[in-house]
Amino acid sequence: MWRWLHPYAKPETVYHLLGRWLPWATAGAVLILGIGLVWGLLFAPADYQQGDSYRIIFIHVPSAMFSMSIYVSLAIAAFIGRVWQLKMADWALAAIAPVGAVFTFIALFTGAVWGKPMWGTWWEWDARLTSQLILLFLYIGVLALYYAFSDNRTGAKAAGILAMVGVINIPIIRYSVEWWNTLHQGATLTVFERPPMANSMLFPLLTCILGFAFLAAALIMQRMRTEILRQELRRPWVKQVFGRPAATGERS
Amino acid sequence: MQFDSWQAFIEMGGYGFYVWLAFGVSFLAMGVLVVQGLRARSRLQREFTQEQQRQQRLARRKQEVS
Amino acid sequence: MSRASSWTALTAIMKRDLMVVMRRRSDILNPLLFILVVVSLFPLAVGPGPDILGRIAAGVIWVAALLSALLGSERLFREDYLDGTLEQLTLQPQALPLLSFGKIAVHWLLSGLPLVILAPLCALLLKLPLAGWGTLMATLLVGTPILSAITAIGAALTVSLGRGGALLSLLLLPLFIPLLIFASGAVEAALVGTAAWPQVLLLAGLSLLTLLLAPFAVAASIRVSVN
Repeated sequence: MWRWLHPYAKPETVYHLLGRWLPWATAGAVLILGIGLVWGLLFAPADYQQGDSYRIIFIHVPSAMFSMSIYVSLAIAAFIGRVWQLKMADWALAAIAPVGAVFTFIALFTGAVWGKPMWGTWWEWDARLTSQLILLFLYIGVLALYYAFSDNRTGAKAAGILAMVGVINIPIIRYSVEWWNTLHQGATLTVFERPPMANSMLFPLLTCILGFAFLAAALIMQRMRTEILRQELRRPWVKQVFGRPAATGERS
Repeated sequence: MQFDSWQAFIEMGGYGFYVWLAFGVSFLAMGVLVVQGLRARSRLQREFTQEQQRQQRLARRKQEVS
Repeated sequence: MSRASSWTALTAIMKRDLMVVMRRRSDILNPLLFILVVVSLFPLAVGPGPDILGRIAAGVIWVAALLSALLGSERLFREDYLDGTLEQLTLQPQALPLLSFGKIAVHWLLSGLPLVILAPLCALLLKLPLAGWGTLMATLLVGTPILSAITAIGAALTVSLGRGGALLSLLLLPLFIPLLIFASGAVEAALVGTAAWPQVLLLAGLSLLTLLLAPFAVAASIRVSVN
C-alpha cells in the first residue's frame, strides 16, 4: 500500500490533485448549500414553539457539528505528520485550523443570537456554548503557535503537538463543563433536546449539513494548495504554476 | 412557500433581526475566510514574481560585469 | 540501558535542577508572593464581607495558582535552552520522557508543594469557611501536578520563541479549565456539606493520566524546539 501511496506524498502531485477536485467541491458547496438554505428559509414550515426564529438552525447545527469534527481531523493530520514524518500532514494544520476556527465562531455566534429570543439572553453559560467557546480558544492557540515561529516547519510541528494535546483534552473539557453546568444551574435548557424533527424540517437541515461538508472541503483544499506553494516557493515546479514573469524592461 | 410576501419573509414572524443577524454574520465570516485565502495566494504570486525579477536583474548585472 | 542508570539519570537531573533554583531563591519566592498579592487584592475589589469572599475563595485561590504557574513557567526550560543543556539532554542515552518527568517533578516541588503549604494562609485571608479547608488542600495537592505537567508542555513548545508569555497563556489556560472546574466544585461540595471525595478522586485520576502522558508530549516538544 505504501508503494501505491508514495507518489501522492509529493507536494506537486497533491497540489495538482487538489486543483482538480477544488472546482467540484466549490460547485457542490454553492449548489447544495444554496438549495438547503433556500429550502430551509423559504419552504420549511415554521416551528410551532419557536416560530421562524428556529431557522437559524440551518447554519447553527451544521457549523457546530463540523467545528468539532474538524478539530479531530486536525489532530489526525498532526498525528500522521508526527508518526510518519509526512511534512504535508503538518502543513495541513495551517489549512484546516482557520476553517475550523471560523466554523466554531459561526456556531457560537448563531447560538448566541438564537439564545436571545429563546432564552432571553445573548450569552448563557450553557454546557454546549461553553465548550464551544473553549474549542475556539484551542483553535486560536494552534493557529497562534503555527505562525509564531519564523521557521514554518518548526511552527507546524509545534502546533501539531498542541493539537494532539488538545484533542486528548476535548472529551475531558466537555465532560467537566457539562458536569459544572448541571452543578451550577438546576434547570437545564432543553432547546436542543426537542422531540424528533418533522421531515419537512429535517430534510433541508440534512441538505445544509451536506452543503457545509462540501464548503469545508473546498475551503480546506484551497488553503492547502496555498500552503503547499508557500512551503515550496523555492522549488522548480512552482515556476510552472505561477508562470515565468513577463520580462519587464526595468533599468536600475 | 411559507411566506406570502417579501415583507413577511424579511420579518420572519417577528424574529427577522435575529435570523438575519445570524445569517449575515455567518456569511460575512465565510466571506472573510474565502477572501483571505484568495489574497494569501495572490500575495504568494506577487512574492514569487518579485523574486524572479530580482534574480533576472542579478543575472543581467552579472553579465554586464563580466 | 539498565534500569539503574535510568534512575540515576532521573535523580541526577532532579538534583541539578533543584540546586540551580536553590542558588536563586527569588525564583521560588516570587510566584508565591504573587499568589498572596492576588489573593489580597480580591477583598479590596469585592468588599470584605465574609459571605461573598467565602463563596469565591476557592475559585480565587485556584485562578491565582494557574496564573502563578504560568508566571513561573520560564525557568523550566529557558536557561537550559539558552546555554545548550537542553540539546545535551536530547542526546542522552536515557529516554527523554523520563528526563522530562524529572523536570516536571522539580517544577512541582518548587511551585506546587509550596502552594499547598501556603493554602491555609490564603484561605484565612479570604475567609473560607473551615469546612472547605481540607478539601481545598486536597485539591491543591492532587491538582497542582496537572498544572506543572501541562505548563511544562507549553513551556517546552514555546522555549525557542524569545518572549512567549502571552502566547503561553493563550495555549495553556483552555487546557486548565477541567482542573479549575473540578477543584472549585469539590470545595463547593464540601461547603454545602455533600461529599467532595468524588471530585477529588476524579482530579487524582486526571493527575495520574496527565503525569503519564505529559512527559511524552514534553519530550516531543523539546525535540521540536531544539533542532
